[in-house]
Amino acid sequence: MAKVLVYSELNKGNVKPVTLEILGKLNGQDAEVAIIGDVSDEQVKVLGEYGANKIHKLKGDKLDKYSPEGYANALHNFIKDGSYDYVLAGATSAGKDFLPRLATKFEAGLASDCTNFIFEGDTFHGTRPLFAGKCLAKVDLQGPKPHFATVRPNALGMPETKNAGAGEASDASADAGDIKAIIKEIVASASEKVDLTEANIIISGGRAMKNPENFKILDECASVIGATVGASRAAVDSGFAPPSMQVGQTGKTVSPSLYIACGISGAIQHLAGMRTSKVIVAINTDPDAPIFTKADYGIVGDLYKIVPILTEEFKKILG
Amino acid sequence: MNIFVCVKQVPDTETKVQPNGDGTFIETNAIKWIMNPYDEFAVEQALLVKAANAGSTVTVLRVGGVKDTEALRTAMAMGADEAILVEAEDNLDSYSIAKALKGAIEKSGKNPDLILCGKQAIDDDCLQVPQVLAEMISLPSVAVIVGFEQNGESVTVKREIEGGALEVYELNTPCILATNKGINTPRYASLPGIMKAKRKPLQQLSLADVGVEAGDRRVVYSNFQLPPEKPAGKKFDATDEANEASVVAEVVGLLRNEAKVI
Repeated sequence: MAKVLVYSELNKGNVKPVTLEILGKLNGQDAEVAIIGDVSDEQVKVLGEYGANKIHKLKGDKLDKYSPEGYANALHNFIKDGSYDYVLAGATSAGKDFLPRLATKFEAGLASDCTNFIFEGDTFHGTRPLFAGKCLAKVDLQGPKPHFATVRPNALGMPETKNAGAGEASDASADAGDIKAIIKEIVASASEKVDLTEANIIISGGRAMKNPENFKILDECASVIGATVGASRAAVDSGFAPPSMQVGQTGKTVSPSLYIACGISGAIQHLAGMRTSKVIVAINTDPDAPIFTKADYGIVGDLYKIVPILTEEFKKILG
Repeated sequence: MNIFVCVKQVPDTETKVQPNGDGTFIETNAIKWIMNPYDEFAVEQALLVKAANAGSTVTVLRVGGVKDTEALRTAMAMGADEAILVEAEDNLDSYSIAKALKGAIEKSGKNPDLILCGKQAIDDDCLQVPQVLAEMISLPSVAVIVGFEQNGESVTVKREIEGGALEVYELNTPCILATNKGINTPRYASLPGIMKAKRKPLQQLSLADVGVEAGDRRVVYSNFQLPPEKPAGKKFDATDEANEASVVAEVVGLLRNEAKVI
């Protein structure tokens, strides 16, 4: 049995779902969770139900805001005495940023952005996409322990059965050390929507959107089904949408349950970024558009006519 | 200022990737290589900083195969002053690459004031090298930056996080910054720039020269394969106005009852 620490990020006081996805996959290992800051008893209970034996709440100065150095130092000091075999975390913005630093403090390796993993005995074997998902490869770690891995949100899925752990919570004092890059301010995004990389449903527009204003029809549909709006590189490079909305090899790689592509032809680099979506719907006037080869449900038609009808149909069934 | 830019050479985004014979990497024979797109923003930012700080030099570093030196020549054609290439296999892991970059910076004999990288390479998509390098040389780092302002030795940068929100950081040079799309618009290399680049110094080093050994590898890849193809989906024709409503209703029904995603 391997001893595994899962670093869990919080969102408005709740553990991010990717933590529970990871815990679900750790059945059979000795799983513990580390959180920076405080977390409610109710959340502790949830972590226990999903398999955490211990929940460590790391508390200390200069940890109220994220910083790559502070978080890496705090976890380094905690982990170094814990004889962990593995440290796992979600491949979120923060996870992708400070885990490489943390792993390097142990001169250890990190398998980034795994979409699946298994344990054979005590040994972790990951699977990860490369070239934005054009290829998959098995990833193994070697060298000093603990070994590190980040796991892509939404990729594992929630476990079907839960194997409860002891769920004991305790505080640990944490030292953020010397922080040279300090956050002065956080500028909230205009949208309250979940990020593309964590979204369960995405509706994206391509070159056929023609201008930024037309994205409104996607926004309307998105608000009915709780989707996040994305865009193709063609739409971003034409100035119809900001780069933060770009899905594809030079944008974000996403794997929602449902991806609705509107007026996107399906360039290789776009397909690479969204092909792991569980269900793909494509709407395009060109019946030969490459996007249809990846679509579970293709609608050959004009998005300006189809999307508003789609929005109305979704309203009907979702009330 | 001594400005360093770390670039990687990657297959063009339109490349159809094929695993190689033993599944340890991809077939690299017929690939068109380009500078990693996120690194273009790093080169451009380096040139903007150089222009604003008289007497600065821009050194471009790359660790990788030597078949083609496209990425380094492009960076020098854009305006970088010199280049260092550390010869290595194309599938080296992030830890070894970062260690090689550290060694190459030391070999250059210059103390870095600013190190710029792209936020990730679009081949292995690890998003590790800038942070690993920062830890190895004990410098602060901010990654995924979309905004940069310099005020003497202090820089203010904007890092993009979930949902397009921004974290604004203030830090002093020397530091490592990893650029994202949106920070600037990379210039095209001019024809005179391309001609000049051919005469700019390109130093070539081996992994041994920069202190990297086989034992530094931390991540091992195997079993490269293409992702499973999905079975063909269902396609509906809604080009006739009379069909639009019924087709959409049918698809929504399928999403609800067959795919169970709504």
